[in-house]
Amino acid sequence: MTALLNVEELSFIQKPGGSWFKKVSGFQLEPLSFSLNAGETLAIVGENGSGKSLIGKLLVGAAKPTSGNIYLNGQKLSERNLKQRCLSIRMIFQHSNESLNPGITVAKILEEPLLLNTQLSQPDRLKKIDETLNLVGLLSEHMFFYRHMLSDGQRQRLALAKALILNPQIIVADEPFAALDPSVRSQTINLIMKLQQDLGLGFIFISHNLGIVRHISDRVLILQNGKVVEKGKTDAIFNWPNNEYTEKLMKSHQSLVTPK
Amino acid sequence: MALLDIKNLTLEIDGSSGWMKALDKVSLRIEEGEIRALVGESGSGKSLIVRAVVGAIPEHWRVTADRMTWKGKDLLTMSQIERRKIMRSEIAVIFQNPLLSLDPSATLGEQLMESIPGNLVSGRWFWQRTKKRREMAIKLLHKVGIKEHKKYLGAYPHQIADDIGQKFLIACALVSSPRLLIADDPTRGMEITTKTQILKLLTRLNKTRNLSILFVSHDLLAISSMSDRMTVLYCGQTVEDGKMSQLRKRPLHPYTKALLDSAPSFRKDLAPKSPLAALDGTIPTLQHLPIGCRLGPRCPRAQKECVRTPELRHVQDHFYSCHFPLIREREKQ
Repeated sequence: MTALLNVEELSFIQKPGGSWFKKVSGFQLEPLSFSLNAGETLAIVGENGSGKSLIGKLLVGAAKPTSGNIYLNGQKLSERNLKQRCLSIRMIFQHSNESLNPGITVAKILEEPLLLNTQLSQPDRLKKIDETLNLVGLLSEHMFFYRHMLSDGQRQRLALAKALILNPQIIVADEPFAALDPSVRSQTINLIMKLQQDLGLGFIFISHNLGIVRHISDRVLILQNGKVVEKGKTDAIFNWPNNEYTEKLMKSHQSLVTPK
Repeated sequence: MALLDIKNLTLEIDGSSGWMKALDKVSLRIEEGEIRALVGESGSGKSLIVRAVVGAIPEHWRVTADRMTWKGKDLLTMSQIERRKIMRSEIAVIFQNPLLSLDPSATLGEQLMESIPGNLVSGRWFWQRTKKRREMAIKLLHKVGIKEHKKYLGAYPHQIADDIGQKFLIACALVSSPRLLIADDPTRGMEITTKTQILKLLTRLNKTRNLSILFVSHDLLAISSMSDRMTVLYCGQTVEDGKMSQLRKRPLHPYTKALLDSAPSFRKDLAPKSPLAALDGTIPTLQHLPIGCRLGPRCPRAQKECVRTPELRHVQDHFYSCHFPLIREREKQ
């Protein structure tokens, strides 16, 4: 069986003095490869500026890799064919709040990807929107709401709906829980885990909350300064870290968990 | 005697639908040399408490309290000047976003040196005083763990990392050697290694200088590793209050339990990928607060009586306000 997603020697070198990604000047992502099976969760952990979000961007096509290939179901994803990528790999952004257009209703927000990527007719689109809203635990009435009328948790659900509406095979989530409160966060985690089971989604999860990473991921990729320092099964990495940096991470996590 | 003693603090905001109680009878007591955590989700009013203590409340809001004292002196009836004096010398606050609360147009060194009060600087001539100020600033930076003072004193806020900014603000707060440090969500959005560094720094300050700390956050992981006592807030109501160890072992309020359960790291026995315990619904907005116990509509144990606001009850020094605490189940068994 071929893996759902196969990434081979993906690398990224930022042009020095480049203007479009100002924050990290001259950043280098060393070649990395990994694969992801259907229904599996891969977590990407690392400090700020280690290139976590960049990997997400490279996968969805928001940034162009310098070298390397991405294979989806054994088929190579070309840089030109963005539509194919849009249909199968979707992204949830860190600030779900800001990724939703405040000027249009929920129905319109969800309709946009359908208009751009499918040939569905108007009634079919509405039906699809309705189904997706129900899938993530929102009501059909929410279609007529604007962004500001929703609570934090509902917005996160909407962002998830926006990602799910094209029936993707892979979802890339960049810190999806960082802005959420604890009680709403567990709701969302439950929802994502349930959807993953039901739909067999591959899930790439970028985070620095190690507690959640440990709970939901199957495998972990640990990044430091654009370099993969360790990768493997979650259980193994959390219990027997091999790398110095990983060990440091785990130790600081443990020191917080164990009471004083 | 307690350093800061607040009893039944109520804060009302004038809204379109009349006066809304943003804080409803909150009590808080901070003893000398203790680390007290204030936990709550967004909108629970934890930042409002901080603002009420500091006195940064707009005039058209109503603040009432049975008691709000600092070392026995009443904060509410005191004159502005007196209050400012206390704020200047005895209470220090670190705000949520370190880089936004710094002046972007001045270097860190200028800001830190400016915050040193004049009476601490001796010297006859201005160059002597400037030199003294600089020495003090460097000493402070070393104290909070910034070693490359040369690099950072000349830097502007946009040039430094988040954790350095946080440490720098702690340094600013320590200038006048306060008795109480209020840290409003100091570890928000930080990665784990820098987070532990900041927490260690705060704990060390508490030990070496006998500094009391009010640690405001919703990050239970950070709180539980350092604080002695914890107060849990929900929508402006005190939900539970007690020793950290006790609370973690045996929460009495359903909300505290839900909060603790929501952090998967606390539970070793939890199988990976199993569903987490979560409360239904979301936090109500200020305009749509339920009557009585504000957790009511989300609470799994809610019954008819919950439309009355529960009294604050206690088992030894463990306070809770719930009609149906989790203790009863155990007694029945």
